[in-house]
Amino acid sequence: MATSNENANRELARLVPVASNGLLHRREFLNRALSFATAATTGLVVARAVPAEALTDPKWSLVNGAPIPPYQTPSKYAAKVVRTLANPNNLPKVSQSRTPHHLMEGTLTPNGLHFTIVHAGIPDIDPDQHRFVIHGLVKRPLEWRVEDLMRYPLVSRFAFIECGGNSAPLFSPTPIQADVQALHGLVSCAEWTGVRLSTLLEETGIDPRAKWFIAEGADAPHLERSVPLWKAHADALIALYQNGEPLMPGNGFPMRLVLPGFEGNMQIKFLRRIKLLAEPGMSYYEAQVYTEPLPTGKAYQFFFLSEVKSFITFPSYGFKLPAPGLYQISGLAYSGLGKIKTVKISADGGKSWATAALDGVPRDKAFTRFRLPWHWNGGPAILQSKAIDEKGNEQPTRAKFVAERGELATALSVMAFPNHHFNAVMSWAIDSRGEITNVYA
Amino acid sequence: MSTHSGLTLIALIFAASAPALAADTPNLGAAISEQDVAEWNLNIQPTGEGLPPGSGTAAEGEKIYTVKCAGCHGLKGEGGLGPPLISNHPIRGIDEGTVVLSGYMPFASPVFDEIRRAMPWQSPRSLTDNEVYALCAFIFAGSGLIPADKVLDASNLAQIPMPNRNGFIVRFPKLTPPFKAP
Repeated sequence: MATSNENANRELARLVPVASNGLLHRREFLNRALSFATAATTGLVVARAVPAEALTDPKWSLVNGAPIPPYQTPSKYAAKVVRTLANPNNLPKVSQSRTPHHLMEGTLTPNGLHFTIVHAGIPDIDPDQHRFVIHGLVKRPLEWRVEDLMRYPLVSRFAFIECGGNSAPLFSPTPIQADVQALHGLVSCAEWTGVRLSTLLEETGIDPRAKWFIAEGADAPHLERSVPLWKAHADALIALYQNGEPLMPGNGFPMRLVLPGFEGNMQIKFLRRIKLLAEPGMSYYEAQVYTEPLPTGKAYQFFFLSEVKSFITFPSYGFKLPAPGLYQISGLAYSGLGKIKTVKISADGGKSWATAALDGVPRDKAFTRFRLPWHWNGGPAILQSKAIDEKGNEQPTRAKFVAERGELATALSVMAFPNHHFNAVMSWAIDSRGEITNVYA
Repeated sequence: MSTHSGLTLIALIFAASAPALAADTPNLGAAISEQDVAEWNLNIQPTGEGLPPGSGTAAEGEKIYTVKCAGCHGLKGEGGLGPPLISNHPIRGIDEGTVVLSGYMPFASPVFDEIRRAMPWQSPRSLTDNEVYALCAFIFAGSGLIPADKVLDASNLAQIPMPNRNGFIVRFPKLTPPFKAP
């Protein structure tokens, strides 16, 4: 039987970094607990600054607690885990709220924290009076009530939804110092339950001339986008439920279009109308807002996809590493083209890479959590993550990305969307004090 | 008559009256005519298809603009809380492309479409079609794209020459059904 010393030596032998600057093998944390003895032997942990003391009953252990509320909300001690609001006073302009990914874990965004963008406030829609119609190049235009759709075969799937403008601050010529929430908070991931759009199109029938559909919302902007009809047959969903409960008002109650992997703005909330067409509708949002000007003077149109992407949520801007030692790097990866296959991590600004552990089984067009143990030696480090999806698409370096897509002439507000669909590798620099900054590396 | 042939008869009648009902879905949708969808059928195609009857001029549009639009879009359409509307200069780099409205959009139709469906911000759908034509005339005349005295209507709005008409590249041609914009 192996002695604890032999076990420690064996684990020590395994703690060979797999990439430079302290990146350890992905199995160190996940498949086996890294024993404290081993970690201590190797100098990977330092003693906690506050020593343990004799335990007593705290006050909350000595009185009865509060009654159960009908709908529970987070602990008041988690009050900072909330969305940030770009337009809290509902001025006549777009309103955004961002998901606090740096304060969250796992892969599923709770409904209260799912990002929301509305262009003219959140509508108050009575589901009993809401009507949804499919018309245009169909054989039979049909109208449904919410209660009708509830009786259809329902399907559930996980899907991330990302605003085209997520991470847009990284188009700036100099790195904007802001946290993950500010930079990457316009993406969330939920389990959506609803009726396949293809099921409803079976009932309306499709005129063979139809190649596109437009979807329109019932809120004040009557927001409309054009979608290729193939997406309806592929995986478009008329969602009624979000993480098991009715859709949140800011996320489309009572029904929304979910187009897994496509730009968030196309996934029409408060859905009231779908019209099949031979040609795209060319609404303001696709003729202007969600086009992407290029350095050549031309602009991309019909971008549709959120391409493969990842970002590190810990360590990240706003945190400070208290002392050298063992940390777990954690982050999110996703691709609008399928499942995440691999995430690689660098601690030296992209010179060497280690393969991260993927937590759970990656899902199609949904968040995948990645993690990797890292021994910070107290020196400078630049952490990067690079995701690769099942189709072999790889996140580009920022240099490669801006060579094609361009870089802004001046840094704009972190809230501005001067351009969209940024998916390049991002970098967090850690200095010798443990301070973390956004850098271009 | 056997039960079996009776069912067959019912099936035949059913098939004859509604030949294309989807077999495996609930069929709970109510038939609705295009006429009954008309109030919601707002989209204007780049060809001008969908433009309603009516007309307007820049002079009429300026009066409406000053009262209902300038608060957000600026006295001269230069932008404010809302995006700038009046401009025709070419894009100068990726910073400003998406904020230059009529100098950037490939078609005139989205200007009518968006004003009619979404503006004014505080009271969408409150403008008459004549007022929407007039506001379009004000924006396009101010941007130098039509003569100041042009009467815009369904016959000519889609014909306005847009300077950035050929400025766009489809990002993923394989994912994008071909379309022949006018």
